[in-house]
Amino acid sequence: MKSLAELQAIREKARQQISVREESDDNIRVLVGMATCGIAAGARPVLTAIMDEISKRGLKNVTVTQTGCIGICQFEPVVEVVAPGENKVTYVKMTAEKAVRMVNDHLVNGNVVSEYTIGANAK
Amino acid sequence: MQELSLNIMDIAQNSIVAGATLITIHAACHGDRLAVEISDNGKGMSEEQLAHVTDPFFTTRTTRKVGLGVPLFKMQAELTGGMFSIDSQTGIGTHLKAEFVTSHVDMIPLGDLNQTILLLITCNPDLDFVFIHDTDETTFTLDTRELREVLGGEVPLNDPAVTQWIREALEEGESRC
Repeated sequence: MKSLAELQAIREKARQQISVREESDDNIRVLVGMATCGIAAGARPVLTAIMDEISKRGLKNVTVTQTGCIGICQFEPVVEVVAPGENKVTYVKMTAEKAVRMVNDHLVNGNVVSEYTIGANAK
Repeated sequence: MQELSLNIMDIAQNSIVAGATLITIHAACHGDRLAVEISDNGKGMSEEQLAHVTDPFFTTRTTRKVGLGVPLFKMQAELTGGMFSIDSQTGIGTHLKAEFVTSHVDMIPLGDLNQTILLLITCNPDLDFVFIHDTDETTFTLDTRELREVLGGEVPLNDPAVTQWIREALEEGESRC
């Protein structure tokens, strides 16, 4: 059985580490469309994949939030990436595999995965 | 929707949008009955909104004219011979209950409820969730207020180590019917 003492240990460990969590300007926001349309199209595995990959890579400057329907239901699951000083990037028809590549290429290395964006998919 | 846990995520999303700070999700499996209750302390709905909430062509959004989340959940419960009810009071919150007959041919699986709960908690670290899962043999409860008390204000609920703890705790609770 998981015990609350383990959480206490996590807290102690965090206290010992010097906090590097600065309220920085380079914070990247990732928004995942989680309205009925997004969820029905498969947004949950996409969101899980993004969270897992961010956690695996220990990215501290990324905030992932859920958002409602942004009005392009036919392109769901939709993921938006808002990085300071850059244009917003809208990824469409995402899958868990595409999401992992998006985290690695875009969030880690700063290269937009153009082939997954709405510009490359809207016809 | 392919599984009920996705509907539950969708409904909980409504509570988040309604400004709730505490959302309770209760799944109870007894015999061939599954009851799902979701309550929140959000802004609630007026009588007029409540009267229309199960109408797919009613929504409070101004961007479009359909709202499918609640009607779909209701339909899925009623298709199995179950029932659906929703109460709400402005300024107090909303409570919704759906009952399913799990042996019915039109019953869709509950699915991965753990993933829904984990995502709701880790993507909304400032909100509190209470998750209760009952079966004939066991009762499992996860209350983020308890976790928050132990963690203090220093470690957020979406800290990777905490996320892992929650994931393992949910797996131990095994929330499938």
